Amino acid sequence: MSQSYNRGLIEDYGRWKEFSAGMWAWIFHKFTGWMLIGYLFTHIAVLSTAIGAAQGETVEVFAEDLPNVEGTGLTEVDIYTATLGGLEGLFIVRLLEVGLLAVAVFHILNGLRLLMVDLGIGLEAQDKSFYASLILTGVITVASVPTFLRGVGF
Amino acid sequence: MSTQQQEPETQEPETQEAPEDPEMKGAESPQQRRLKKKQEGMVDERSEAEAEAEGETVHIKVFRYDPEVEGKQEPRFDDFYVPFEKGMTVLDAVMYARDEYDSSLTFRHSCRQAVCGSDAFFVNGSQQLGCKTQISDLEQPVRIEPLPHQEVVKDLVVDMDHFYDQMHAVEPYFKQEDLPEGELEEQRQSRENREKVKMSTRCIWCAACMSSCNIAAGDNQYLGPAAINKAYRFAMDEREDEEIKEHRLRILEQEHGVWRCQTQFSCTEVCPKDIPLTEHIQELKREAVKKNLKFW
Repeated sequence: MSQSYNRGLIEDYGRWKEFSAGMWAWIFHKFTGWMLIGYLFTHIAVLSTAIGAAQGETVEVFAEDLPNVEGTGLTEVDIYTATLGGLEGLFIVRLLEVGLLAVAVFHILNGLRLLMVDLGIGLEAQDKSFYASLILTGVITVASVPTFLRGVGF
Repeated sequence: MSTQQQEPETQEPETQEAPEDPEMKGAESPQQRRLKKKQEGMVDERSEAEAEAEGETVHIKVFRYDPEVEGKQEPRFDDFYVPFEKGMTVLDAVMYARDEYDSSLTFRHSCRQAVCGSDAFFVNGSQQLGCKTQISDLEQPVRIEPLPHQEVVKDLVVDMDHFYDQMHAVEPYFKQEDLPEGELEEQRQSRENREKVKMSTRCIWCAACMSSCNIAAGDNQYLGPAAINKAYRFAMDEREDEEIKEHRLRILEQEHGVWRCQTQFSCTEVCPKDIPLTEHIQELKREAVKKNLKFW
């Protein structure tokens, strides 16, 4: 609404300390939703560089650089293997994969919570279900770390 | 008996004669004398109260803004130290500050018992009814601001026009046209139906929910929780005909009606009357879907 002067951030996110569970759930749901859309397009862009793999397109790489290629020295592999291997060899990508899982799991769990809210089931427990989805997200994320970081830290 | 009646007789002439004496005007008008007496009394009272509650003061920071006075156009916070009393509410504190320290402090209040809905403030970062919020429950200093997302007229007074427009937009009145037969026949509501709309009838139009709603803040056309709750109260009332309910749902199912709600639960959180606003909005969403989706 139009203001005759600036009341500062109390109007919106400046009062984040006072946000209740439902508000946090809304913010996280939006945030994770945008993250997933961003990931989707990055995913398409990256994989489209490996389209040639179906036509038998190959590149020469050093086998030591890629975790998914056997042997030593300069080896000829198909472009898909090279792309994926190049990404999986980076620690930051492995770390981001853990983040992606956390984001996706929270979005799914909170989506289920919102489904319940839309159906009018357990509205009085909406804050508890938000906390539950947060905790469950944390547990699943932590449990996934050994799998995702195999070879680079575990 | 006789001595008791004599006493007032001797005192009365003194006070009644004084204002009629024309010569007294030049020296000291009766009004001035009364004011003086009152001030003396007030000073006594205040020092007494201060002595009683030594150190027991409440620190409140009150938002001040007055567009009509040159020096007050820049919003600021004024500090008041109000003597604490058991059971003191936020409204009591600002009233004390206004009565004793600064009579220009402006805010709306009327019934002081959470019925009129005039005194919704932004207290320590959340929308609360001043008369219903115990000051002892709050962290000090207590920040008292006007409701966010509404234009401030002066100090704690906000412009409620938009809120009232939204409330009226849902036609918040009983519209049944067919009256029951017989002159003294009543329009009866079943107990179950009354129970269903019970919470929604408690709305006092304080606008706390509207102010807390993040969506309503960014979308002026959104009806807002209070108006939708009002619509719920009538749409769910069985005594109204089906066509009237459909008419109500047609208003609600528009783009800026129930579908703007994104279930943040902010309104339900702040409602001083504990109305399950989000629940009512969600139920109306389902009603709107049921009305439009027909699989048979």
